[in-house]
Formats: sequence, structure tokens, C-alpha cells
Amino acid sequence: MPKIDKIKKVLVIGSGPIVIGQAAEFDYSGTQACKALREEGIEVVLVNSNPATIMTDTQSADKVYIEPITLDFVKRIIKREKPDGILASLGGQTGLNMAVELAEDGILEEMGIELLGTSLESIKKAEDRELFKKTMQEIGEKVPLSTISTDLDSAIKFAEEVGFPIIIRPAYTLGGSGGGIAHNMDEFKYICGKGLKLSLIHQVLLEQSVAGWKEIEYEVIRDGADNSIIICNMENFDPVGVHTGDSIVVAPCQTLSDVEARC
Amino acid sequence: MKSVLVLEDGTYFTGEAFGKAGEAIGEIAFNTCMTGYQEILTNPSYNGQIVAMTYPLIGNYGFNRYDNESDKTHVQGFIVKELSDTPTNWRCEITPEEYFVSNGIVGIKGIDTRTLTKHIRSKGSMYCIISTESGNIDLLLEKLMKKKTEKKSSVMEVSTKSPIHKPGRGKRVVVMDFGVKHSIIKSLEKINCDIYILPASSSANEIMSYNPDGILLSNGPGDPSELPFVKSTVQELIGKKPMLGIGLGHQLLGLALGGKIIKLPFGHHGSNQPVRDYIKGRCYVTSQCHNYALENDFSDEILVTHININDNTVEGFRHKHYPILGVQYHPKAVLGQDDSSYVFDDFIKMIDGQPII
Repeated sequence: MPKIDKIKKVLVIGSGPIVIGQAAEFDYSGTQACKALREEGIEVVLVNSNPATIMTDTQSADKVYIEPITLDFVKRIIKREKPDGILASLGGQTGLNMAVELAEDGILEEMGIELLGTSLESIKKAEDRELFKKTMQEIGEKVPLSTISTDLDSAIKFAEEVGFPIIIRPAYTLGGSGGGIAHNMDEFKYICGKGLKLSLIHQVLLEQSVAGWKEIEYEVIRDGADNSIIICNMENFDPVGVHTGDSIVVAPCQTLSDVEARC
Repeated sequence: MKSVLVLEDGTYFTGEAFGKAGEAIGEIAFNTCMTGYQEILTNPSYNGQIVAMTYPLIGNYGFNRYDNESDKTHVQGFIVKELSDTPTNWRCEITPEEYFVSNGIVGIKGIDTRTLTKHIRSKGSMYCIISTESGNIDLLLEKLMKKKTEKKSSVMEVSTKSPIHKPGRGKRVVVMDFGVKHSIIKSLEKINCDIYILPASSSANEIMSYNPDGILLSNGPGDPSELPFVKSTVQELIGKKPMLGIGLGHQLLGLALGGKIIKLPFGHHGSNQPVRDYIKGRCYVTSQCHNYALENDFSDEILVTHININDNTVEGFRHKHYPILGVQYHPKAVLGQDDSSYVFDDFIKMIDGQPII
């Protein structure tokens, strides 16, 4: 991506604390982003709630705010610093969520601040389950089959079509109770029946389970001109169902053939 | 069983044999693909060559009957660091060891293929011999040099001997077969082409007798300047029909249009060759395997459209007046989304007389 000349000052949103699903890689990528921006002569303001990272060292940014990454605090920082652009896509889930909140709040538009990197639309498409599913279907990618059911008969029909296991999520239950994974028809009828009863609107969401499937990841970089490059692919040692945080991942994939790795 | 790999400059490596016992002699090429070993082994462009894989573990997803690029194995010998003996994949039908034995390929493992590659990169491409029969380096070198001098064109070996028809409802395309890969035929089938695959030795009249809508000059092994008869056939066809050249076919098209061929120091062999497309303003990561390239020195009628970002060599061109396209890399459209599959769409547009952007 060519340098945007009008951008002189950028607010980088860090990843906050390191948790499962958002490990130290965002700390690293965020630090690299700060370095790259400063190399281009851009003033970098950083906000990160985690003081125990390299990112919040005084060397990585021109100004560091160790403050909670919440709408209220980030807005105050924006008002004080008046950056030209904001870079959130290197701050993992925390950064992305913050970008959406800021955009929806209207402060970015109000102060004429450009959201750099991944667009708001793309973030939403990746974060929102329904939007993601719709986007995948539009480009012809397969997603797990799912349906909403309000009676046991139609639920059984769905189960017969897609096979087991099936994930059952009752809509509007207190504390989300009453759901589960059914591995056979008996379990399915039991969980569904209970779920329909517990649901305040008598509705269950049924989804084909991909537990036990091979779990593959791709790291892709795409630029504003739609060029993309696959940095690497990775294969989880354990199948879907075992949390990545409890497992190991191997790069590159070891058991995918060339056509499988490409499609 | 012990085995030895000797390079033309006298450098040798010792390892362990796999596949067929015996000797293999050929030009050495290194390939940096992490997957796709089955496609490489069966790619006619590798006919007669000995391939060294830089990725350290090969064979991990086994072999199947679907991923071949042709009906047989073309690689003469195969050099790996480690060969998997426990392949894992739902489509795996036979193990690597079984594959190499049944296809009669002389293999050597336990070789530090990255050191080997660095050596080739600094010294340039050369011939090599793999042998389980003798440990006498001088004797092996002698055999190697003898084979090198009797080098012959591989294209005639891999080209079809008689015409093949693959019927389709769409455009009629004649494929001049210099060692065409299955994936290219599959790409044409995917867009419903009525395909005639003709021998490399076919004359312009023979080709025109099929009344094709377009002519595809396929990929293939070796040096295009060893095929002067093809060059003159192509020259006769220029301007008569829309033409697309891929790999060797692209080089032959370039030659026929007055271009010159250069030998690359160690070739482009791998699936991550970056190419810049000046027309579409895009970059692609492409799959390539070639030792020769067109020199970037054409008449004004030729527009160079693609460049390799690593070494600025020509990767694609088009003719300013005639419907002629050439791409050096291998556009794939077999499965899913592949960066460069638009080449076939452009070919069809060209046949329809539509502008291509």
C-alpha cells in the first residue's frame, strides 16, 4: 500500500491483556506496526492497557497511554491527541472491537479520522456470525448447515438430513441454559425437547457440528489493490473441538495435498 | 542401501536409496514447493530432469490417482531430505516408497537439499548422477559427462504421438502438445472447450485443418531453440488464429515473433514466484518450472505485460495487433480460486474478439 501523505499522526490500539484466542502475536504485530509507522516519519500514539508488554516501552511509540481500552478512555485520548488516522487491526480482537465501537459512536467521522487497514465493513463481516455466513455463501464457500426450529418434528427432519453431531442452542433462555451437542437421535430429541420448553420464544437454533474435523488456518496479507499473498498455512495437531489454547499448531500444513491446500 | 549423488563439478553427497535401485542421470533442478510433489513428478516439463526438493519432508500426504499432471512420471531421479513412511491423507492410496518403486524412479534421501540448492544457486545449473551401483566418483562423473553430450530434445518424447479429441460444446481449441499438463486440459474442459491435442510435429496446415477457434501452445520441457520446426510452424500460424502460449509454448511464441531465449542461472522452480501484471495492476504468486526465459528485448509490436519481481525476467506478453498472449507461469484453474486462472478467460475473450483488460 502506498503511503497516504496526509496522515502525519496515527493512534495505534494495542491488544490489551494476553488471553486465550489472543496470544502474544498481537503484541508483536502491534510493536512492529509502531516501528514501521515511525520509520515512515509518522507520529505514533499508542493505547494499551497492558503494561507488561514490549509495546508499551517508551521506544515503540512517541506517546504511550496505559489506559483501559474502552470507548470512554479511547475517545478522551482521541480528543486530546487529534490523530489523522487510527490503526486497530493489529490489536487482535480487542483492537477490532474498539474500532467498531469508535466508528459506531461517530467520533471518527466527527473528527475526520481515517480508519486505516481493515475496513469497518470487513471487520463486521468477520466478527458477526450471520454476516460472515452470508458473505461465505455469496462467494460460494461452504458453511456448516443450520436452521431455526420451533417444533420437534422439523428439528428431527433437519437432523435426519445433516446427520450427527448437531449443536442445539435454545433462543432466549435464562443464562443460555438448555443447549448441548447431540450425538444420536435419542440425545437430540431429549435436548431439543428441553430446549424448546426452556426457550421463552419456543425456538432452537440447530447447527451441524464440525467437531472432529481437521482444523486448518491461513495467514493472508491483502492490500488495497486487492493483491494478496498467503504467508503460511497451519494445521492444528488436534481436531476441531479441542481448543487451540490446549493444543499445538504446525506450520506449514503437513497432511494436505497441493490441490487441497489451494482450494 | 547406500546411494551417492554426484554433481557435474565433482561435488558429491552420500545418502540412502529409495525407489528403484540403479542409476539416474539428468540435469538437476531444485524445487521450493512445500506441497505438490506428485504434480512435480508427473509434470512433463520435468522430463529427463533430476529434482531436489528443498522442503525437508516429502511424501507426507502420500500419492493418489487424481493429482497427476500426466499419465506417467517424468522426473528421472528424486532427491529429498526425508521421505515420509507414514503418509496421512484421506485420498492417499499408496505410500511414497511404493510409488517410487512401482514407477521405477531412482531416489536418494538423507541429502541436505538446502545445502545442495545453495550450491546450485551459486554455481549454476548442472548435470548430476544418482547411483546405488558404484561409489567410484570418477567413474560416475565419466558416465554423467557422456550422457550430457548426447542430450536430446525431450519434447518429442513427451508429446502425444497421434491426435487426441476431448469433445466439448464450446470453442474449438487445438492444443499443440509439447508435454501438456493435465491441469491445463482440465482448465479448458472447465470452460467447455472442444479440445484437439496434436503432436508437436504437426504442420500449420494440419493444425488449420481442424478449423480451430484458438490455438494453445502448451508447456513442455527443455530449450525452445532446439525446436526450430515448431518455431516455423508457429510463424505460419501467427495472425491466422488467436493464440495462447504457456511455459515452453510462451517461449516458442516469443521466438516466432522475433524474440530471443536466455538460459536462467538456476531457473524458476517453485510455487511462490511473484509476478507483476502491468495491465491489471496486480501481483500474483505463481507456480513455475523453467530454466529458459524470453529476453526482454522485443520488436515494437510486442508488449511485455508480466515481469517476475525476483529477477525482472519476462513472464508474459501480448501482441499489439494480433490476438496473441503468452504467459511463462502456469495458470491453474483446477480447483477453487487461483490467482492466475483469468488467463484462460482472457483467451476465450480474445477468441470472441472482445477486448481484454
